[in-house]
Amino acid sequence: MTTSNMVQAINDALRIAMRGDQRVVVLGEDVGKVGGVFRVTAGLQEEFGEERVIDTPLSENGIVGAAVGMALYGIVPVVEIQFADFIWPAYDQIVNELAKYRYRSGGEYSAKIVIRTPVGGGIRGGHYHSQHPEAAFIGVPGLKVVIPSNPYDAKGLLLASIRDPDPVIFFEPKRIYRAAKGEVPEGDYVVPLESASIVKSGRHVTVLAYGAMLYEALDAANKAAERGVDAEVIDLRTLWPLDINTVLESVKRTGRLVVVHEAPRTGGFGGELVTLVTERVFFHLEAPPVRVTGFDTPFPYTLEMEYLPLSHRILPAILSVARG
Amino acid sequence: MSSAQSKRPGADAPDAVVSVMRDDGSLDPAHDPGLSDDDVKSLYRYLVQTRQLDERFVQLQRQGRIGFHVGSLGEEAAILGSAWAMRKNDWLFPCYREFGAALMRGLSLQTLCDNMFGNANDTVRGRQMPCHYTCRAVNWASISSPVGTQITHAVGTAWAAKIRREDSASLVYFGDGATSSSDFHSALNFAGVFRLPVVFLCRNNGWAISVPVERQTATRTFAEKALAYGIPGVRVDGNDLFAVVSVTQKALERGVRGEGPTLIEAITYRMGGHSTSDDPNRYRETEAVEAWAARDPIERVRSYLEKRGAWSDADQARLTAEIDQHFREAVAAAEKAPPPPLESMFDDVYAKVPWHLAEERAELLAGARPGTGHG
Repeated sequence: MTTSNMVQAINDALRIAMRGDQRVVVLGEDVGKVGGVFRVTAGLQEEFGEERVIDTPLSENGIVGAAVGMALYGIVPVVEIQFADFIWPAYDQIVNELAKYRYRSGGEYSAKIVIRTPVGGGIRGGHYHSQHPEAAFIGVPGLKVVIPSNPYDAKGLLLASIRDPDPVIFFEPKRIYRAAKGEVPEGDYVVPLESASIVKSGRHVTVLAYGAMLYEALDAANKAAERGVDAEVIDLRTLWPLDINTVLESVKRTGRLVVVHEAPRTGGFGGELVTLVTERVFFHLEAPPVRVTGFDTPFPYTLEMEYLPLSHRILPAILSVARG
Repeated sequence: MSSAQSKRPGADAPDAVVSVMRDDGSLDPAHDPGLSDDDVKSLYRYLVQTRQLDERFVQLQRQGRIGFHVGSLGEEAAILGSAWAMRKNDWLFPCYREFGAALMRGLSLQTLCDNMFGNANDTVRGRQMPCHYTCRAVNWASISSPVGTQITHAVGTAWAAKIRREDSASLVYFGDGATSSSDFHSALNFAGVFRLPVVFLCRNNGWAISVPVERQTATRTFAEKALAYGIPGVRVDGNDLFAVVSVTQKALERGVRGEGPTLIEAITYRMGGHSTSDDPNRYRETEAVEAWAARDPIERVRSYLEKRGAWSDADQARLTAEIDQHFREAVAAAEKAPPPPLESMFDDVYAKVPWHLAEERAELLAGARPGTGHG
């Protein structure tokens, strides 16, 4: 065990994956010589060479399109899109090509790619470096969507994602890249996909969160405890396909639900989570579920901490749902 | 004829068009690919098969028996000649007009017909429109309708082969319209930078549905776009089978030698509509079509073979009868086959069916649409 941050843990996972499987290559903008703008791929090119850790031209659709071809051939590309905000030129390739290749070829082919991309705000990055676009990928049949919240999960989930047979969009919450630290085993291990984690057990209200907002949810839950409300906080870890059993079992116990995410509320994943819960365990609910989310505005620069659903906005939601 | 198309052999150097077949039936030794009469006869059979099947599929569509067809009328030599030049271990990325080349590579006619009907035997399980078959056994990629998206995929397979030090190149088909896509730009740029063994085969057939080449580009030719990517661009008479084979072979050899990609502009003409859903009379004059009919790529090969005493009317009659016979049998079998089973809709979305799709599958099976025989 060593104490690592998220950046180190993800780097460690990539190194282990590349050492263990010659098919794994890393490609993206600035991932090679400089080791990525967040240094997540630092040192990989030195160890694995320029053919396996590839600095590409600046074209997201080119990167993902070429990676689809590589995957058809039998290479396992781990693509880095420098910021999730820059992923849209590749969206056609992701939605129509990557996600559908297995289906539309009747299973003759599959395009196994992991797309790693930093997401989220709170880093003074403004609109083009802060968005959290998971909803645009969760609704795409064929994709799996993963987001770790701590170094241990980041390493284990990334290794699981690289070895999973399906394409995975792997969101990395950049606000906690270096802030989230924890014990990480040195060797190879996986954290299974499609498994949520109960980070804090509680009896009164279920709080669903993921990525950087998990810490805000936990902070709010701890403050709620001081006021006598015992909140259960679940880190979803894999957003889709969702570990629905863990969610439903929790809500059946607590009867109350708060969902937290950075992305805008309307059309966000929170709406889907609330619907899944109300469709299935409506009669266990003792209060209307509440979403605490980013606002339905573009991501603002100066007022970003007002936009984000931080602890001070989550706490009243927990208290009102618990007492509702 | 449009300006980006009209440059003919003998024009000044940057626009020069490679051609091999001379009007007198001889071949220009400068670019003669050295095909034996047996090679040419074999190719000719595939050319005739492609044309004949195109006509039959259109008939099936007009009769309401299949939903759609997108054909290659007039472009057969550009398609089959280039595919013929590629080796077994090479990859082919179709646009959507290349079923003739797929059959030549080893796709079975039955598989093609099953795809046209989207039946239970369709290898893509009725999930795509007609003409969207796949054939992994011959390194034939899945067909994507959005124009241009397959171009970067061909870069990826060539790149993967290079990383693995394996001798495999890729050829990708696209039309003149696709040169306007960002995928075209990304693909040529990446392949140029990494010197990948890719043959970019642009069929300049004059039209992208109703939009003529003048509305796709302000350049005089499509081949000259290669300059911007630091790679060679070659123009070839796409209705000259020998010339297409020759330039594709050279592009392939260049790639295999590690010298990088080549952009080929095969100048040809889309003699039919864009697809069975299109009526070209709404946007183009018949004169141009007639001019191109005089340069029919299949007739030119037939005339070559006849002049060499290698083909007769009897051969032709036998060939067309055979093709029709096989076609009738394949269509009869395809038409008799049932639709894919309902539950197959949920397979292959993921490697394993996740919980939400299992639920939706149960929902479908519990309430099948009345009158479908599935209930």
